[in-house]
Amino acid sequence: MRRTLRETLNLELIKENSLSHRADNLAVKTDAAPLLAVRDLTVNFDAARGQVRAVAGVSFDLAPGETLGLVGESGCGKTVTALAILRLLQSPPAEVSGAIRFLGEDLTVCPETRMRQIRGDRIAMVFQEPMTALNPVLTIGEQVAEALRLHRGLSHPEAWVEAAAALTRVGFPDAPHRLGQYPHQLSGGLRQRALMAMALACDPDLLIADEPTTALDVTIQAQILALLARLKAELGLAVLFITHNLGIVAQTADRVAVMYAGLMVEQAPTGELFRRPGHPYTVGLLNSVPRLDFSHPPGEILSAIAGHLPAAPPSGCLFRDRCPLAHGRCREEPPWVEVSPGHSVRCWNYV
Amino acid sequence: MSELLSAQDLSCYFRLAGAWGKGPVLKAVDGVSFALAPGETLGLVGESGCGKSTLGRLALALLPPTAGRIVFAGEDLARVSRQHLKELRRQIQIIFQDPYSSLNPRMTAGQILEEPFVIHNLGTRPERRAWVEELLTEVGLTSEVAGRYPHEFSGGQRQRLGIARALALKPRLIIADEPVSALDVSIQAQILNLLAELQQRHGLTYLFISHDLGVISQISSRVAVMYVGRLLEMASREVLAAARLHPYTEALLAAVPRPTPERTFNPPVLKGEPPSPVNVPPGCPFHPRCPEAQFPLCRESVPPWRETAPDHRVACHFR
Repeated sequence: MRRTLRETLNLELIKENSLSHRADNLAVKTDAAPLLAVRDLTVNFDAARGQVRAVAGVSFDLAPGETLGLVGESGCGKTVTALAILRLLQSPPAEVSGAIRFLGEDLTVCPETRMRQIRGDRIAMVFQEPMTALNPVLTIGEQVAEALRLHRGLSHPEAWVEAAAALTRVGFPDAPHRLGQYPHQLSGGLRQRALMAMALACDPDLLIADEPTTALDVTIQAQILALLARLKAELGLAVLFITHNLGIVAQTADRVAVMYAGLMVEQAPTGELFRRPGHPYTVGLLNSVPRLDFSHPPGEILSAIAGHLPAAPPSGCLFRDRCPLAHGRCREEPPWVEVSPGHSVRCWNYV
Repeated sequence: MSELLSAQDLSCYFRLAGAWGKGPVLKAVDGVSFALAPGETLGLVGESGCGKSTLGRLALALLPPTAGRIVFAGEDLARVSRQHLKELRRQIQIIFQDPYSSLNPRMTAGQILEEPFVIHNLGTRPERRAWVEELLTEVGLTSEVAGRYPHEFSGGQRQRLGIARALALKPRLIIADEPVSALDVSIQAQILNLLAELQQRHGLTYLFISHDLGVISQISSRVAVMYVGRLLEMASREVLAAARLHPYTEALLAAVPRPTPERTFNPPVLKGEPPSPVNVPPGCPFHPRCPEAQFPLCRESVPPWRETAPDHRVACHFR
């Protein structure tokens, strides 16, 4: 059964229960020291038509062993955020500002040699398209062993043995005999497993997974998600999980951050976000997802968000053109409001 | 049932090129039978490479069947004359997955929508212009956009253009081949709503192809599940909501992560991957991955396509 926007928002209730104040600290306060702390991350690109703001002041924390789901539609800045954390954006055209602290070290200022030690060793990344992320002219074994040689100082034969172990760990069937295979000889699911083996070979603290299952069929996706859950439990891995799929977020993330047009519009523990979504955009997104349910009549109208992401978002609240709850105040930039512990929304309706 | 589209034992094989002459045979569609009544939406779901799109192309007579028949409004599409096929094609249209590559970048939106009328010699210039305007408003665009080129539209607007083009000749049947897969979820919802409204307004019949079970469950009145070229199950919504289903359908439904965190996601993981359509396993094509196939029968004989209940057909020895 679908609820109306107002019912879902349950504005009055939330206002009463919340300590409605402007949060000084954007991040959720957790007991453990954060593994990764991102503050006011902004990425601008120099383009022919002037500057394009891809990420506008994003802040979040990630505790050890925690999974943060970063959700949003294409072009909202999810991937750019991930690439900025790993310092993989070329500058120029990219212009990155803000602070990215990983285990106390600021990644925005550390020298490139240090960054190379961290990348692939302490922070690893899995990409969406397993075919383009793998080198087509090197064997799988060679590609997994490379990280082990560089970061662990293993010899070629040692790294080869370890590579087989890494592939076995991610459920690669018959790994020792398939080290010599090339990416084109593998199916999509096996390529994604090879990519995971590469990323996890050095036992990193943080895994950035950028739409790791989007290119896969649903039964293979279930395999990869199960694998990720197992590895997280075994290795105590923290994961920044980037996806546009709200179902995957609901099933894998501890906390969720929602992005719209480069801006973080909401952050909440997963259960809370799905039970009491705060931002009208989040509500619209959740209502747009077709429920896998055959009990309603076919072709039932979904309460979709009107319009589309404009090329030049309006001033003030970026969502106000499409927002069913927009009012005069939305012409000013909305504040980041904590509506309940750990649940913050960037919206005037909560002030 | 007076069906609009039906297939009987429909097959489509491709001979692959081998290193030395003829290569192996790829069975893209293998002995498929179904019927589609006017006004209904048959959702065709399956994993990539299972033959969904080939089936769509057979229904448009863009591919000749290797065996079996595909019948539209009582006429075998493989047997009609070229002239008559052109007539029939006015009644069967397609919406493609990728709104970026299915619109000619050198034509304006107005030209793209006018082309079907030009090809079929319909109307005078001013009449066609008026029809184009009507089409644009019908799909939620304004008539001012007629002079714009495809690159000036967003993905969702482009898909609206694709839908308008499919509607131009007032078809009876629309083959929608993954029409929302390339779109963001908020835009996807808009397009699904539009397709549902258009169906109501014009009494359209859809063959809706998708790999996304959520989308399929949103729009379909019946669902057909395809696996390496064969149909494993076909059932109405009511049956799908209540009955015991084919093990593959059950596995597919369980594998979808749902946006409800309360529900624990622990699907029975299907081992391995779908087999290649070049090398289909003997017996039931699903038996190597089936959690229930412990019987020699599953390996030895192809399960018959039988009706187990009204509106419910299954190809499984044990359902």
